[in-house]
Formats: sequence, structure tokens, C-alpha cells
Amino acid sequence: MSAGATSAEFRANSRAALADANLQAALRGSRGGFVQKRAKARAALPEFDALRDEATALKNHTLAHLDHYLEAFEAQVVASGGQVHWAETAADARAAVLEICDRVGARTVTKGKSMISEECGINEALTAANITPVETDLGEYIIQLRGETPSHIIAPAVHVTVPEIETAFRAAHAGLDPARDLSRPEAMLKEARAVLREAYFAADVGITGANMLVAETGQTVIVTNEGNGDLTQSLPRVHIVIASIEKVVPTLEDAATLLRVLARSATGQEMSVYTTFSRGPRRAEDLDGPDEFHVILLDNGRSALLGTEFEDMLRCIRCGACMNHCPVYQAVGGHAYGWVYPGPIGAVLTPALTGVEQGGALANASTFCGRCEAVCPVRIPLPRMMRSWREKEFEKRLTPRGMRRGLGLWLWLSRRPKAWRFATRTAARVLHRMGRGSGALKRLPFGADWTATRDFPAPEGRTFMEQWKAMKR
Amino acid sequence: MAGPRVALFVTCLVDLLRPSVGFASVKLLAEAGCDVDVPEAQTCCGQPNWNAGDRAGAAEMARRVIETFEPYDHVVLPSGSCAATIVKDYPAMFAPEDPWRARAEALAERTHEITSFLADVMGVAPARRALRASVTYHDSCSGLRSLGIAEQPRRLLAAIGGLELREMQDADVCCGFGGTFCVKYPEVSGAMAADKTECIAATGADLVLAGDLGCLMNMAGKARREGRAFKARHVVEVLAGTTHVPPIGDSK
Repeated sequence: MSAGATSAEFRANSRAALADANLQAALRGSRGGFVQKRAKARAALPEFDALRDEATALKNHTLAHLDHYLEAFEAQVVASGGQVHWAETAADARAAVLEICDRVGARTVTKGKSMISEECGINEALTAANITPVETDLGEYIIQLRGETPSHIIAPAVHVTVPEIETAFRAAHAGLDPARDLSRPEAMLKEARAVLREAYFAADVGITGANMLVAETGQTVIVTNEGNGDLTQSLPRVHIVIASIEKVVPTLEDAATLLRVLARSATGQEMSVYTTFSRGPRRAEDLDGPDEFHVILLDNGRSALLGTEFEDMLRCIRCGACMNHCPVYQAVGGHAYGWVYPGPIGAVLTPALTGVEQGGALANASTFCGRCEAVCPVRIPLPRMMRSWREKEFEKRLTPRGMRRGLGLWLWLSRRPKAWRFATRTAARVLHRMGRGSGALKRLPFGADWTATRDFPAPEGRTFMEQWKAMKR
Repeated sequence: MAGPRVALFVTCLVDLLRPSVGFASVKLLAEAGCDVDVPEAQTCCGQPNWNAGDRAGAAEMARRVIETFEPYDHVVLPSGSCAATIVKDYPAMFAPEDPWRARAEALAERTHEITSFLADVMGVAPARRALRASVTYHDSCSGLRSLGIAEQPRRLLAAIGGLELREMQDADVCCGFGGTFCVKYPEVSGAMAADKTECIAATGADLVLAGDLGCLMNMAGKARREGRAFKARHVVEVLAGTTHVPPIGDSK
């Protein structure tokens, strides 16, 4: 659901983010934590980088035979009594969810954390149909109360400060004693658990995402740290799994390989606290479980990436390591990216799924520092793909006119060393004089964007090439 | 025995803004026993066009660079980022069947960033020099992650008498320069630069050193705007003992 996306306004968004004191405090508070934890987890597992290669190879293999594994998965789901719904678009996925909810007369739906649900706008669709969605992941619950979207794919409320959470809880839980002490995070956690407990029992349908879909068994896999996913999917009468097609893996063994790199890359844990495998509805001998088990398989533009320079993106296992290590993301937070996926994956996926006109600005929001690729558990060449989006922009003449002209002039000069020397000699002299002997310029002509936040060190005055030529003579 | 014929690709930023980095490079290469030449036809490696999505323009610039530099045994640059463009990007600019592909690959194999060239290829003991100063080293992104340059500059610096290296926190995190990024998203770039100067200042070092002039311009410019006490220099200035030149963005 790209309606309402503001990715094209990344510059304005980023300015607002930098000026938001609460956001900056939240970002500073979380910064570095994920990085250190991942580094520690990696150091503790000598074969970690070899596992990354294994994970990369198994994802590549799966993508090369995606149709085969998806059909195998579907056959297994059906054999275990479940149903598979193929959703080509986000609208198809919303329709499938609403159709099921309508048929079973759902009033309340509990939800485990799912970025695919965000991508499809499931909550908005449910609300419009007079069905109450309740997010059960604590971070998701907090931002749902605040009327926000996730700013991080695994830590959705990372942009919120503790006092802001207290404010949201007091407003939402109006029936509770106003004099209660909510100053400590533990007290808020306890309160959220009590409120959510009621929702679990009231829910008619539980919706979760999936970290993996296992083709050989028809199982869906989720990892959580709160156990909320288990309650979401086992207490209601109906369990709907909503997942994108590239989440399929051939075997349980393969799922285990991905699990070994997933949590380590994401949070630095060896494993998430809960890893839950679901297969079909409740059988006669089961003590609990849903009466109905549905899997909605979303494409939404992904299959169009197969066989293109963006296919590698489909290896992504959504660990969030790229954004944890991205200095741009860490400076502005996730909302500045203007759509569902922030950080480096957003910079590649947003143009892919919403169009380069909307998402191209994100592909430019990178210094190509390469830290994302360096930590990616499935070695996705994120900077290379951002550059490919910049090529698409250039081909479509979407690159800003000033930039295009500058590049054209640069190319023209680069082919004419004499003109180049003249231009550089002149620039070196003029800028040197403008420094007035202080060594730097406070304002740069045609370079206000540089000098808005920093001085411009003045040139020494004569170019290297002219001095070298003079010496050689 | 004559040393290898080495072409110095001085890079456009050094040529225009800080020629003393070029002269320090020539001095270090000559001391290492190289026969140094500076081809006159050199201009830009094409990285700005390549990273902006102008594939055809970048390839055209690459062909010029290949023609200019392929007669030499080695090409050396005082920049990890421009070196990475030649080493990693040039081959990717041409289709496998294009004859330029093989020429690009051949040049890539002989192209080096200067500290890695001195430390890894020439393997010579650096001249004995001294500088009484505390320094911290910023790992520029392309050099570090595309070319694996981290230990080489530090090894060379360790041979400077009286020099104390104080590692900063997040030495391997981008300073916010990023080529055209710094003017496309100047506010974010400025915030990243401020984080970097904070980390540098926390070490209490007199000098921040790095191997790329773009990053140094950014860090020095930010530090000066903030009134920081530390100064900035390219690492080759310290290695070559040419620190009589005022630091970057300074007059004395």
C-alpha cells in the first residue's frame, strides 16, 4: 500500500527528524546497542561468516526454483488441512483477510508483528470493516496506541521515549487508577500484559507474519521474544498467516540455517526467545490450536524482481542489521523513509515496490559506506542496488536537472585536460583568495548546502598539476 | 636495479585543494624506490558520474583513465575511494565480451591506494621520522570496506617516532561526506559529521588522519565550524614528514 508514502520527500522528512528532540533522544539511546550485540554474537561463533555463505546459497537456490517450492509448500499446507490464498497485490491480501474475517463473524483480531501486514495496510482495512485489530508485540502495541507506523522492522517503537510511552498508556488505559505508578518500564510492561491478555481471549482471528515458510512440511515459522505470537495464533478460532513469497525455504534443515544467522544478526541473540512452527489447524488429538489455518502468500511486485539486477534483494530475511548499522538511518530514524521499509532495505525495496519516482530519493540517501552489505547475513549488495536505482533515475531523466548538468559538464571537462587544467587552476586561485588567508570559507558560492553546516577548507592556491609541471620544466 | 614504474593518480580533490598531499605521495613513493611519473592527461576517475547513475559517462571516463595509466607497472592514488572505483567499479562498467573489460581488469590488478601500496606491495621499512603528536585515524569507507585498508596505515604510523595513536569510537563509521550525498542531503550529512567530530574530540588527539581528502574536507570543515581544537591531515603528510604545511582548513 504505497498510498500516503512520503519517500519522495526524504529531504524534508530528514530535516524534521533531525529537529525532533524526542526522536533524537530515542535514537541516541538505542544507537550502538544492536551493533555491539551483533559483533559479540559473531565473535562467539567462529563459523558465522561461513553460515552467511550457506544462507546466501540456500536463498539463491530457492529463488531459482521459487515456483517449485511455493507449490510444494501449498500442497503441504492443504494436506495438513490448511488453505493457501495467493495474493498478487496488497489489495488481494486485504480482500482475503476481510473475506475470512467476514465469514467467521470476527469482531476482534489479535496480531503478531508483521511487516507484510504493514505493507498491505491490514489494520486500516480491518478498522474500515468495523473489526478491531489489536497489535500484541509490545512495540507494535505502543505505536498502535500512538497512531503511528513502525520506524524499524524489528524494533517498531525504537523512536519512542519512555515518557512518551507512559503518556500513551495513560491516555489509552483510561479505566485504570490515574494515580498508579508508571515511571518504570517494568510497570508499563505489566500493564500492557494485563490489557493484552483480555484481547487474546476476546479475539476471533489471530494474524501473524512468518519469518519462514517450510516447503517440505507446510509449516510457517515465527520468531518472537515476547511469546505474543504464540498466544495470537493458538487462542483464536482462526489463524491467518500473511507472508511474502520469498519467505519460503525448501527444508527444515534450511530453516535452521537461517535461524542461526537471523537472531544473531538482528539482536545478537543466539536464538530468539520463542521460535514457533505452525502446521495446519488443530487436529483431534491436539490440546489447543485454531480450527482454521490460512496462509496468504503475497507477491506485490516481488516476482517482477526475479531475473533482474534486484533479485538479490529477495534473499532478505528481515533481520534489520542493515538499518542498525546505517549511519543515515541512525541519524534520522525510520519514519523519514516515508514508507513501510526504512534504512538500506527501504532504499532498495521502496523504489522496487512503489516505483522509482516515489522511492528514488531513498536510493540517494546513502553515502555508499557499505556497512549494510558488510553485516548482511545473506550478503545482499545493497549499495550496488541503490546505485542501480540511480541509473534508472538517470535513464528516465529523474535525476535533478542541476545534478545532470553538473555531471555533463564534469564529463565534458574530464575529456579535455587543457580545459580541465584551466578550470581547476582558476577555481584553486579564486577559492584560495576567498579564504582571505584564514584557510577556510564560511560561505561557498554555488555550495550553500556544504557551508550550511560546515566550513569549506580553502585550496592551497595552486593546483598540484601546475606546480608539478613547473618543477619538471 | 630500477624500481617499478609507478604512475601517481593525484585525484581531482588533491590536485585542486591540497597539492601538498600529492607531493607527500611522490616523496613516499620515491623513498620506497619507485620510479614515479604523473601522467599529464589525468583528470577524474569518473566516480561522481558512476555513483550518480551516469553509467555511459562513467565508462567513457574509465576508458580515458585506462588508456592513460595502462603503460605503468602500478597506479597509486592517495585515496581509497578513487582507488576502489578503478579496482572494483571499472570492471563492472563493461560487459564481459567488451574488450575494455579485460583492460579494466588488468588495470584494476595494478591499482593501489597509497598506504596499502607502501605496506603490502613495496613492503619497505618506512623512513625514520618523528612527530610529537597524538593522532586518531578515521577509516574512510571505500578504502576500508572495498579494499580492506585498516591495518596498513596504522602499521606505517606506528613507525613514526613520538606519535601516539588514540583510537576513536566508531572509527569505521562514515563521516557523512559520501560524494554528492553531502549536498543532496546536507542536513543528514552535517549530523553525521557532527557525530564524527564528537568521537574525534573525545580521544583528545591533536590530529585526525585519514586517507581520503573528501572525508577530511568534511571533518575539518565541521570541526572548524564547531571550533574544535583538533586539526586534520591526510595520513601521507605525517608519513612523509610534510607537516610544515598548515593543516586542512587552517592558515598556520
